[in-house]
Amino acid sequence: MAETAAKGLDPVAILKEAGLAAFVALMLAVPLAGLETVSAPGGLTINTRWDWVAIAVGSVFVGRLLLILWREQGRRRSGPRLDLDIGENLRTAMPVLAAAGIAFAVVLPFLPFADRRVLDIGILVMTYIMLGWGLNIVVGLAGLLDLGYVAFYAVGAYSYALLAIHFDLSFWVCLPLAGALAALFGYLLGFPVLRLRGDYLAIVTLGFGEIIRIILINWYDLTRGPDGISGIPRPTFFGLDFARSPPPDGHTFHTFFGLDFSPLHRIIFLYYLILVLALITNAFTLRIRRLPVGRAWEALREDEIACRSLGINPRNTKLTAFTLGAMFAGFAGSFFATRQGFISPESFTFIESAIIVAIVVLGGMGSQIGVVVATLVLIAGPELIRELQEFRMLAFGGLMVMIMIWRPRGLLAFRDPTVRLHPAPRRRLGFGRRKPAGSGAP
Amino acid sequence: MLSITGVHTFYGSIEALRGVDLEVKAGDIVSLIGANGAGKSTLLMTVCGKPRAARGRIVFDGEDITAKPTHEIIASGIAQSPEGRRIFPRMSVLENLQIGATTADSAYFDRDLERVYDLFPILKERSNQRGGTLSGGEQQMLAIGRALMSRPRLLLLDEPSLGLAPKVVQQIFKTIKEINEEQGVTVFLVEQNAYHALKLAHRAYVMVTGRISLSGTGSDLLANPEVRAAYLEGGH
Repeated sequence: MAETAAKGLDPVAILKEAGLAAFVALMLAVPLAGLETVSAPGGLTINTRWDWVAIAVGSVFVGRLLLILWREQGRRRSGPRLDLDIGENLRTAMPVLAAAGIAFAVVLPFLPFADRRVLDIGILVMTYIMLGWGLNIVVGLAGLLDLGYVAFYAVGAYSYALLAIHFDLSFWVCLPLAGALAALFGYLLGFPVLRLRGDYLAIVTLGFGEIIRIILINWYDLTRGPDGISGIPRPTFFGLDFARSPPPDGHTFHTFFGLDFSPLHRIIFLYYLILVLALITNAFTLRIRRLPVGRAWEALREDEIACRSLGINPRNTKLTAFTLGAMFAGFAGSFFATRQGFISPESFTFIESAIIVAIVVLGGMGSQIGVVVATLVLIAGPELIRELQEFRMLAFGGLMVMIMIWRPRGLLAFRDPTVRLHPAPRRRLGFGRRKPAGSGAP
Repeated sequence: MLSITGVHTFYGSIEALRGVDLEVKAGDIVSLIGANGAGKSTLLMTVCGKPRAARGRIVFDGEDITAKPTHEIIASGIAQSPEGRRIFPRMSVLENLQIGATTADSAYFDRDLERVYDLFPILKERSNQRGGTLSGGEQQMLAIGRALMSRPRLLLLDEPSLGLAPKVVQQIFKTIKEINEEQGVTVFLVEQNAYHALKLAHRAYVMVTGRISLSGTGSDLLANPEVRAAYLEGGH
């Protein structure tokens, strides 16, 4: 026993590995942490901070050592882990967690610490959660890697902006129209390209995302190009504005309800608006997963050939996923436009698509709560750790590395079946007491 | 019920089927045996429209299905348990069966599910388990059960004995017989396990490099010295 243990923990090899990691850290730390530019009277000069480099290298060395030890410990304790019943505990905890999450989201604006900044982050996070849930239909459920999702977000945003400005339509009329237009774009793109698979589909959708952005930049007459569209109407609360002074013959939100004017009212309203939109997206996905079309999406992700042999039409099935995913991006896009009051092609670059895909993949493909957790990590995380200033991105990167080590298949990478037989008692498979075949019927 | 005449199928420029004629009568179990790469699976897949027959005609219940898209062929009453089973590993047994019922009228779902669970009681026990956690034999049962959920009149089985223990193979073939006799489903079976396939078959065909070389009743072929030499002796 002692021999095998010694073999597993060869000190020279461990020191070598940790030393290598420390060397890499040294190479990175010298330019990143060791050198600092400072404004001096004669221009920029360089300050050196060797103590910082030493801290970085030292902590990487120690961290790597701990990681190796932890890894060896885990390897000896349990053999290969089977994920037969993964998430049995999580499964029972999940509804409670979800309810608590929703309750927290609902009361957030009335909590004492909910100032303007917190609410703004809340709105941002909710927007990405909604986009993540929308893309989860396409990537998570149907397994179609769409790298141009932001295109549909852009279509929704511009649809709302143009319709509202040119035709003077209210937000509530434009919202479904924007969704429908985005869905139409999804359908039109999906029709020719959904015969492609995997990487090829990813490249085409990536291209599509860029094409939309470039059209938005160049079609100046319609979109005002890089100048963007400003003065987009704000949403109203059933016709009530959130302005400070009411129109001569009417009310605004605060006069109607007899409140003192506060600019927070609009923010809180926007927060609830996106919360409701996101929850609708979620409810829709949860519902459709139980319907034949939703099941067909998941089956298609698992095995397209088997699906075909069962009479599922792969193209139509994929097309519905793509179109519906695009529709939710369109809804989110029109919300974005009305919140910002200003949109330009700048807001719809590839990085946005990449973030949304990262949210879905990081959350664990197809997991709705995974999307929420991943959004909190990816979007709220960097906002909340602003105090770390220049090390914000370093901490963020470290977090990503940790996720890759501990949860390589996504934060919540398990799938809950949409139906269960005999939901109540989970009988153990007692081999002695198994009922004889055919005695199931009364 | 199913008649295949002069079917040629190509993979690119390789001719996998070189003029196949074959007839499946309603109510029969028809077996097609042959060596690896003879084109057995290709024939089954061609019946389902993927790959498509380059020449020839496939008629099912008086309807020409040669040029129909796969999902319409399946909807017209043919079900396939594909080679290698191809169950959905991350979905539960019950969900696998639900997907099998995609083309069927949902009014029959509960009855059909009960029927499949009667045929394969183990599936009922495992119904909340993920497909990928089943044993090979159970997966094969699931694949057959899934195919039956579409209420087919003709069931195509591609190598149901592949990679299974002899005892399990016997059980599977017993169930195939049950499906045919008690539920009146016509079965077209493609097998390398010639002994079992011929014993079960009302009618059987032997395929060699894309052509039908022999045909007859199952017992005829089982007694045929050529067949014995090529597919049975040594193997059994």
